[in-house]
Amino acid sequence: MDKDIINLRHISKSFGDNKVLDDINLNVRKGEFVTFLGPSGCGKTTLLRILAGFDNPDSGTVELDGKDISSLPPYKRPLNTVFQRYALFPHLDVYDNIAFGLKLKKVPEEEIAKRVKRVLKLVSMSDYEDRDVDSLSGGQQQRVAIARALINQPRVLLLDEPLSALDLKMRKDMQIELKEMHDKLGITFIYVTHDQEEALTLSDTIVVMNEGHVLQVGSPIDIYNEPQTAYVANFIGESNILDATMLGDLRVRFIDHDFDCVDKGFGTDVPVDVVVRPEDIYFTTKPEKCQFKATVTSLTFKGVHYEMWVKTDSGYELMIQDYDPYQVGTEVMLYIDPDDIQVMHKESLANVFEGEITGEGKVEFLGTQFECPTEGFAVGDTVRVEVPFDKVDLLDHDDAADLVGNVAGILFRGNYNQLTVKTEDKTNIRVDTCDIWDKNDYVGIKILPEDIHLFKVKAENE
Amino acid sequence: MNKRSTWALPYFIFLLLFVALPLILILLYAVQDGSGHFTFANITKFFSDKDALSTFALSIEVAIENTALCLLIGYPAAYILADNKLNPSAVTVVLFILPMWINALMRTLATAELFNMAGIQLGKGTLIFGMCYDFLPFMIYPIYNVLKKMDKSYAEAAQDLGATSSEVFRKVTLPLSMPGVWSGIMMVFMPTVSTFAISEFLTNNRIKLFGTIIQENINNSMWNYGAALSLIMLVIIGFTTLFQKDDRQESSRGGAL
Repeated sequence: MDKDIINLRHISKSFGDNKVLDDINLNVRKGEFVTFLGPSGCGKTTLLRILAGFDNPDSGTVELDGKDISSLPPYKRPLNTVFQRYALFPHLDVYDNIAFGLKLKKVPEEEIAKRVKRVLKLVSMSDYEDRDVDSLSGGQQQRVAIARALINQPRVLLLDEPLSALDLKMRKDMQIELKEMHDKLGITFIYVTHDQEEALTLSDTIVVMNEGHVLQVGSPIDIYNEPQTAYVANFIGESNILDATMLGDLRVRFIDHDFDCVDKGFGTDVPVDVVVRPEDIYFTTKPEKCQFKATVTSLTFKGVHYEMWVKTDSGYELMIQDYDPYQVGTEVMLYIDPDDIQVMHKESLANVFEGEITGEGKVEFLGTQFECPTEGFAVGDTVRVEVPFDKVDLLDHDDAADLVGNVAGILFRGNYNQLTVKTEDKTNIRVDTCDIWDKNDYVGIKILPEDIHLFKVKAENE
Repeated sequence: MNKRSTWALPYFIFLLLFVALPLILILLYAVQDGSGHFTFANITKFFSDKDALSTFALSIEVAIENTALCLLIGYPAAYILADNKLNPSAVTVVLFILPMWINALMRTLATAELFNMAGIQLGKGTLIFGMCYDFLPFMIYPIYNVLKKMDKSYAEAAQDLGATSSEVFRKVTLPLSMPGVWSGIMMVFMPTVSTFAISEFLTNNRIKLFGTIIQENINNSMWNYGAALSLIMLVIIGFTTLFQKDDRQESSRGGAL
């Protein structure tokens, strides 16, 4: 059970200038239900296609049972795929679709018939053999697609967002059935989805991906309770992500209050990120339990629980989920258990670019000329350029801007927004701002000369 | 609703004047003798006219050969054109369609001149060449269209299930492209049966096709016999279309398109 069935080593893949996968290393254990989770464009589907053999990695190897299968064409790989839009052959009926793989392998007709019957029963589609695939509903087509893949008894079943075309109710039912199938068959499942809830429900192991990188690998519980980065915390479930300072072991300060926590070894006075899930902030009526006070600013009923936004006495906005509602305007007393405070290293504090001194007082990075003090550097020097997140100005027009981009992501951090702005040459710039921007907004980017910090790069060995 | 249907009026009048009326006239002429009396003589004449019958047989033969040749050249061409890897630009498609921008008669005349210049004897070979040259785009385009629109994941699914490239083609791509093949066949076969200009120019009238006979009859003011021959051709082509239509539905069962 614990033996690795698939090892991905140093997989990289680019389409044109676009680096889709960047040095992916991943092991999948035999019999596991593994989910690649990430937003669209994170490379998860490409990774699956590389496993199936439809795309070849630019570098790196795919190993199955310890053997390198990178150069094998798809038809020689003992893996089968369930496609996003099923890709059932419209000119064949259900039986012939499912029997397709076995017929190619010249399996005797009686055995094919027996196995088709068995696999149809497995996907609860008995007696549908003679139906046209077009006369089936989306859910039924999905079952046939799964049956068509499973009948070949693959070592690994690859599923590419197989439930995304189904409605919510059907999706939930299919999730349960998929999980049961996996438990029954013992085949390794690799599942691709952008739906975090689906990933949490189905998986033994979740692989969170973004922009061609694996951010975190772990069980659903690990990923939810112990996210390693602010991105993961934000992507999986709702969360309050806040700037914090580690005061020392077991003590952290955020929203201008000091809290006990369970983390140590970060050092003293180290800036960190803190994640608190909205269901982990508790209301109390006992003053001795209260850690901070806040005022409820909004209240929404969400079915099982209420979702509230509160403004703390120190001016931060937090999301809280609770079974009991507190009306807007109510002063409340709140506390957080040390266990529920997840402390993370800050990924970085400033944007870092590679630049070149192009003249007296001039530096080029991001494909643009910027003015900044260049004492101590010579023209032609390669430099490391750092721009703090909060020193990048965004403008809603591009005439005074140094360069332009689009808002690709927004992360609310208690009292300001952290934006990811994608420039035209696809570089990401982090911007901390109190202004309100929407996703996909077209923005001008301006950086003042005094906010550009240059550092020497060690000369490369010639 | 009523107002909408008046929009169709111009088309209706057009159909009446230029489709229905000529057909009725052909029918009327076909069943009359020169002085306007009702007779089936024109039609029975065809079935006893050995020359006409053999010309008809030859027309069908030439049309089948031409269609087969167009398919043989056209399918691979369409396949290559529709493949993004083999043909990354759309320009080549235009190049294939480009000859259609020049009048078919002029192209045929030019082809005949080329053969004369090269000293090649005009005959059945040159006829088939000219026909294929003229009608090839009509075969390529529908097949290209079907292949281009075909979801790539069908081929990938087949590969995934263990099919080699040739098996993918035989078991998935080809069957799914049959609707395009049938339209191509019809668009080439039907006009080839009735063409007369190409055979006139490219064989110096040495080979007469069915269309040529109709044209000769009409040119010689034998309107009634000409009309009868047209009617016979119409019926036969009509039959083949009906037959192929059934086939087409069968082959595109499930409707990829």
